[in-house]
Amino acid sequence: MASKRPEHQGPPDIFYNEEEARKYSQNTHIIDVQTKLSERAIELLNLPDEESCLVLDIGCGSGLSGEVLSELGHQWVGLDISSAMLDVAQEREVEGDLVLGDIGYGMPFRAGSFDGAISISALQWLCQADKSYHNPVKRLYKFFSTLYGCLARGARAVFQFYPETPHQVDMITQQAMKAGFTGGLVVDYPNSTRAKKMFLCLFAGGQVQQLPTGLTGEEGSERVPTQARFDKERNRYKNLRGKSLKKSRTWIMEKKERSRNKGRYDINRGKEIYLLHWIRS
Amino acid sequence: MLTSNILKGVTRGFPLKIKADKVENVSVDYNRDFITRIIPRIEYDALRAAVNDLGLNESLPETMPEAVQQDDEFLKTMHKVLLEYEIEEGELICPETGRKFPISKGIPNMLLQETEVS
Repeated sequence: MASKRPEHQGPPDIFYNEEEARKYSQNTHIIDVQTKLSERAIELLNLPDEESCLVLDIGCGSGLSGEVLSELGHQWVGLDISSAMLDVAQEREVEGDLVLGDIGYGMPFRAGSFDGAISISALQWLCQADKSYHNPVKRLYKFFSTLYGCLARGARAVFQFYPETPHQVDMITQQAMKAGFTGGLVVDYPNSTRAKKMFLCLFAGGQVQQLPTGLTGEEGSERVPTQARFDKERNRYKNLRGKSLKKSRTWIMEKKERSRNKGRYDINRGKEIYLLHWIRS
Repeated sequence: MLTSNILKGVTRGFPLKIKADKVENVSVDYNRDFITRIIPRIEYDALRAAVNDLGLNESLPETMPEAVQQDDEFLKTMHKVLLEYEIEEGELICPETGRKFPISKGIPNMLLQETEVS
């Protein structure tokens, strides 16, 4: 599993080449997952209602998360290190402005520019040292401190990410706190391996804010993973291979038919004999 | 154009001077709320300088009007300048070091070399 992680296969600017970028924006499953994650992240961002805000999308890729922002009426600026991904975003004619840059070198934006920042599945890339002079801890600190600067006071930054080890989570949150952020980790569906999602929810100054609670799947929302329950039923049917479901009406009729064909005994005969006895007595 | 007003060199200067080889005009739906929200964050002088540099045919008053909220005409001009002009090809130039950040296909390249990072 660990070897399948894309961040182990190469630096992001090389891994997301043209082929990978195209794959990323044509695969409907990926699009679906990314859109759901973005919707949740924006929900956690808690932007003021009915207001059009300027949002920074860190690691915007082909602009899937940006499209969700546009739909909600926000303006956005996307930053990514992969020019192939940005080209795809440009081809898709996303509404946001795109910037090519490495988040480990800091955010190239003026202080207080953004009402919020989101980042979908990008933060784990910063934990890798892709070049000999890369130091993940320093890069994280540089990233968080410059991000703190370019956010408006009281703005939030929400990162959905796939940490590899608990140590990585510690490293990331430590650097974020050091940069002045408050906040913490929001975990959706903590008891599910597949649906579990981590959101690092950071507040840049302002009033003390309550950390939102993670979804547990018990709120009766549509997000509840029902996959496991369906699997069982599907298997029951899958193993039948054309036979009827056991103990069902058709199954009994078929069994009777088979017995009759074999000439073992007449099934209906028994009933008739019983009836005769009953009439005679 | 909006982005150019908030972009800066990572450790150094603002505003980045814009040199455009190709400017494109896109139409964006006018959103009054967004413009009024964003105006306090705009470096007005830098924006005017940029408009001048590019030779855009837009008349921005020398100073920002007092009653921005009511000045619909000014808001519309700001909307046009900020959101509807896109620099397709060109360069952003750092005012302090002269470092050039190329813009290609509308995407400014802010990638740095290791030696440039302090």
